This record gives sequence, C-alpha cells and structure tokens, in this order.
Amino acid sequence: MQTLTGVGVCAGRVIGELVSMPEPVSEPAKGMPLGDEEPEAAVARLQEAAAAVKAELKRRAEAATEKDAADVLKSTALMAGDKALLKNAAKLITAKQLAPERALWEAATDYAEQMRSLGGYMAERAADIEDVRARLVSQLQGLPMPGIPQQDTPFVLTAEDLAPADTATLDPAKVLALVTSGGGPQSHTAILARNLGLPAIVAARGVADIADGTAVFVDGATGEIRTEPGADEQELVDAWVRSSGARSAFDGRGVLSDGTEVPLLANVGTPEDARAAAAAGAQGVGLLRTEFCFLGRDKEPSVEEQVEQYTAILESFAGKKVVVRTLDAGADKPLPFLTDTAEPNPALGVRGYRTDRTVPGVLARQLEAIARAEEATDAQVWVMAPMIATTSEARDFARMTAAAGLRVPGVMVETPSAAVTADQILRHVDFVSLGTNDLTQYTMAADRMLGSLAELNNPWQPAVLRMVRSTVEGARRAEAEGAGARNVGVCGEAAADPALAVVLVGLGVHTLSMSPRGLSAVAAVLRSVDLGTAQSLAALAVEQPSAEEAAAAVRAELPVLAELGL
Amino acid sequence: MAERTATIASSVGLHARPAAIFAEAAGEYDLEITIAAEGEPEDEAMDASSVLSLMSLGAGQGDKVVLRAEGEGAEAALEHLVGILETDHDAE
Repeated sequence: MQTLTGVGVCAGRVIGELVSMPEPVSEPAKGMPLGDEEPEAAVARLQEAAAAVKAELKRRAEAATEKDAADVLKSTALMAGDKALLKNAAKLITAKQLAPERALWEAATDYAEQMRSLGGYMAERAADIEDVRARLVSQLQGLPMPGIPQQDTPFVLTAEDLAPADTATLDPAKVLALVTSGGGPQSHTAILARNLGLPAIVAARGVADIADGTAVFVDGATGEIRTEPGADEQELVDAWVRSSGARSAFDGRGVLSDGTEVPLLANVGTPEDARAAAAAGAQGVGLLRTEFCFLGRDKEPSVEEQVEQYTAILESFAGKKVVVRTLDAGADKPLPFLTDTAEPNPALGVRGYRTDRTVPGVLARQLEAIARAEEATDAQVWVMAPMIATTSEARDFARMTAAAGLRVPGVMVETPSAAVTADQILRHVDFVSLGTNDLTQYTMAADRMLGSLAELNNPWQPAVLRMVRSTVEGARRAEAEGAGARNVGVCGEAAADPALAVVLVGLGVHTLSMSPRGLSAVAAVLRSVDLGTAQSLAALAVEQPSAEEAAAAVRAELPVLAELGL
Repeated sequence: MAERTATIASSVGLHARPAAIFAEAAGEYDLEITIAAEGEPEDEAMDASSVLSLMSLGAGQGDKVVLRAEGEGAEAALEHLVGILETDHDAE
C-alpha cells in the first residue's frame, strides 16, 4: 500500500477507481508528413474519426438533461462531421501529403480564425471549433478525449488543477472525489468541491504517478490517499456514511455548548443560491456576491435591472440579515467597462472598491439599487465594500452608503493594512467581514491560484490567524471608545473548515458565513465546544510555527472531528 | 438551376443554433445545395449543409443570402429552406 498526503479541502471518504484528466491536446507539428499511408486511406481514416466523434457527441447530447447543454453538444456534433471541414482537410492530405491530424488541425484553425475575425458572438464560437479540433486530433492519434473523462461508472478524478471551464462540465453523479497534484485550499477545485459537497484533496504531490484505473481510498478531511484499499479503508468509508447520515441537517441555530450564539450564515451568488441557502437553514447571508449581475456583460446593468435581481435574493431572507458586498471586479473577475486587463499584477491592481476611483458612478448607482431593493423587501440589509486598505476609504464608503439611504455600512478585511487598522476603520463603519481567501494571499504574499504555493496559501497560517486576532482586537478598542457594537464576521472558505471555525470563534469572531453545504458540519462541531475551549485552541493555533502544525495541534484536541469523520 | 433569395430572420444572425438547424435540414436532401451572400459570384457559393460554412458567412439579421440547387425537387427543397432562414429561431 502507498499513502500520499495532500491538503484536505472537503470532508468525505470514498473508495474508487482513479481516472486522470487528459493532457491538453497539442498542435501536430507543422508539415507533419503523411508517410507511408496512402492518401485515400488517410482520408478514410479521417472520415471514420469524424464519424466516431460525431456519434459520441450526439449520444451525449441525447443523454444531456439540460437543454442548453444538449444544444451545445448537438451543434458541436454537427461541426465534428462538417462536410466542408472534412473536404478541406482531405484536400490538404492529397495535395500537400499532410498527415490527417495536421491537415484537420489546419482546416479547423482556418474556420476558427474566420469566426474570430467576425467578432462579437461569432468570435465566441471559435472556441467551439477549437474544441472539435482537439477531439478529432485526439481520436486520430488514439489519445483520450479532452475534458472531464466520460465513463459510466463513478470515479475519483485527478488532475494537476481544474479550470473553471472544466468544473462547469463536471457531473457530480459520476465523480466520487477530486484529487489535484497542484492547486491550493482556495483554488477553483477547492471552491467547486465545497459547493458540490465532493470529498477533495489538493496539493497531493505524487498523485500524478498513480496509474489510471488504480483503486484508491480518499479521505477529504485528513488529506490522505491510499492505494490498495482493504477492509480497514472500507470500514472508514462505512463509518463516514453512517456518521454523515446521522449528522442531522443544520437546525438553523449556530451555538456553542455553553449557549454562546455564533450565527451561521451563507455565501450566495445568485437568486437560486439564496433559495437553496434559506432551505438549508442559513441564519442569513454573510456574503452576497453581486458580480452575478455584472459578469459576462459589456456594459453596466441599469439600476432597475439591479433592483429586480437584488430583490429576488432578499426575498428569500425576510426578517434576516443579508450582507451585500458591492461589486468586486478586477483580478480574476475582469469587467470590460470597469477594469484594465492589461495591468501587470491585477491582484494588486484596481479591483474591488478601488474601481470607484477610476470609473466613478457605478458604485453609487449600485448602492441606490441595493437601497431600493431593501425598501421592497423585509430583509435587514448590511452593505460592505471589498478591497479596503485605508481608514479614509472606509469613511468615504460609509458616506456613500448613507447618501444612498442604507443604514449599516461595513467593509471587508482582505488586506493586512485593514486588519491592523481595524480599530480606526471601525470608527466609521459598523462591521467588518474577513475575506480569508484574499487575506491569506495578501498576508503571505502568495498568489492564491498558484499550486506551488499551496503551503503558504493556507488560512491556518499563524500569521493569518494573527491578522484575524488583530481585527477582533481593533473592534474591541473601537467599542471601548464608545463606537457601539462592532460585528466581526468571516466569509472566506476558512469558515467552512469545522476545526478552523472553532479557532475563529475562539479568536473572537462573532459570525461565520460559508457555502450552505458546510453548515451542518460546522454547527455540529461548534456545538461540542464551549467558548473557553475555543479560546484556548485559538491561543494554541496562533503560537504554532506553521499552518500544518496549527491544524494538527487543534485537530488533536477535537476528538469530535474523528467521530464525525470530519 | 433553382435559385431563391432569403432574408435572415434570426435576431443574432446565422450563428450556432440557427446554422445547425438549417445545415441539418439542407443535409437531408439528396441534392447539392449551396449558399452565398447576395451579390457574391456563384462559384464562391458554399455547401449549405456545412454548419461551419454557414457560420463563416457571418450573415446577420436582415442580410440577404442566395440558395441554389439543381435536380429533381430542387424548387420544393429551396422553398422549405427559405422558410427556415426566414424564421427567428431565437425568438422561440
């Protein structure tokens, strides 16, 4: 048996067959010759390959349950068998004696370039042609089809890391768990896994060396992967199934064993998310990402349209708190009308609240829309700005929210500067919410998308925990100066890690907001500790020399985690 | 030789979905059917059953295209295909 350890990012234990994501198809060499093959035979082989790819895509189109997905697959199937495409490729085979994969590559690239030159909607279809091109070349070369492997039996998917485009086509009924050799605890893979509730491990070096088809045991809580699973591993899986079945659904009240209330809220990004979060018992919304209203558009949506969208979300939380984050564009979420994509270092560029300096007006109109949506519903709306670095930014934002008629202003703490000046910031705003994903990346100076820095990019880093502590202390100082009650929340991925949630509460955080999938596990663990225990575990964690040791030290003191398989 | 001119009705032009519907319909006839932008020479016309050729025309809403076919049933086939181009499939 071989054991590998990565960073567990979503709890759950499974045994399954490992299947790896194929390498992206590379361009067949320029001028790749036909060789000994007769041109007629090469053309026939190309036609067979096209027919096979077309048939497979058609089969998937018929099996697709969503109409949009079925339409895309159907049109891709037609492209794969396109007569003009195959005719052009056949001409290149006979006239230029090119190998069929090279001929097909050139013929398809011509069409893709024509689409690009048309611009607009047609230009977006160029990617579809490139997808067909990759499929046909893979088929001709006898390589696995690009994209998430398709097979009838469920499997454990491994990859270096998953891209957002891959995650969109992932079928949770077919994938038992995700294991990546790269990626960090805040990578797309990790976020996707938590949303779907799939057991997942990232930064598992060496997983790429395990052959496809090998049976493995995966524990998404401890980050362990074992080959040749036997009776012991099966027992661990059975225990997980029993405990997750027994762990009751979240009852809508986050509370410690001594009765200390820790409201558990949800992170949501669309009206559908909001309905699901309300159904999962969330005590409110701790992070409403408003980007859904803006992304994929080339101009700003009207105030009326925004009012309608925000209202649709607020309606799910009548009488409850909803923390609305204003537009967080820039870095990994560029918007053509707001951000400059040519910045050399977008994570440190004009993003979040900073876009109000370069393109004033968008934020003021958004605040107006939020205020109107609040009036139209019974939700208690709090509003916060992302990427705040100075006290004067917090003060200016508070003035803007007041001008829009919004009552509860706050800011995100994502930068070390905001964490260490929280006392000053909280003289101007009523609450702060720690965005631990960005706070970790900026505190550790480690790009959160970079798999090679996964160790640094871990919210268990004692430096990050000390930033949280500094923020809480700032809030207490502001209160002592007579500022009134100052709420400190956490809305990053860290809040969904049940052990880390205990530490955050011990550091003095009042509310935790997470993907609704995480609510029941976090609630179960919080209910097993009192505030004194949480405080001593927090003190233990901040004194550790590394993230790994901090997590291990705290986990060792929380036997409930093992009981629950978390 | 049968020849008909049609005006593209689809609001976003002859893009993926309308092109797929049209190419599939054109492919069902046992005839060589071609399509060209209005005013283009006949020998530059493209295979109407090729979804990629249709898309590369870049025909937008209101643009005119010429369909041509020869042989038995050509008139009826073009009649049917013009009907498809002049329907706004995005409005369904």
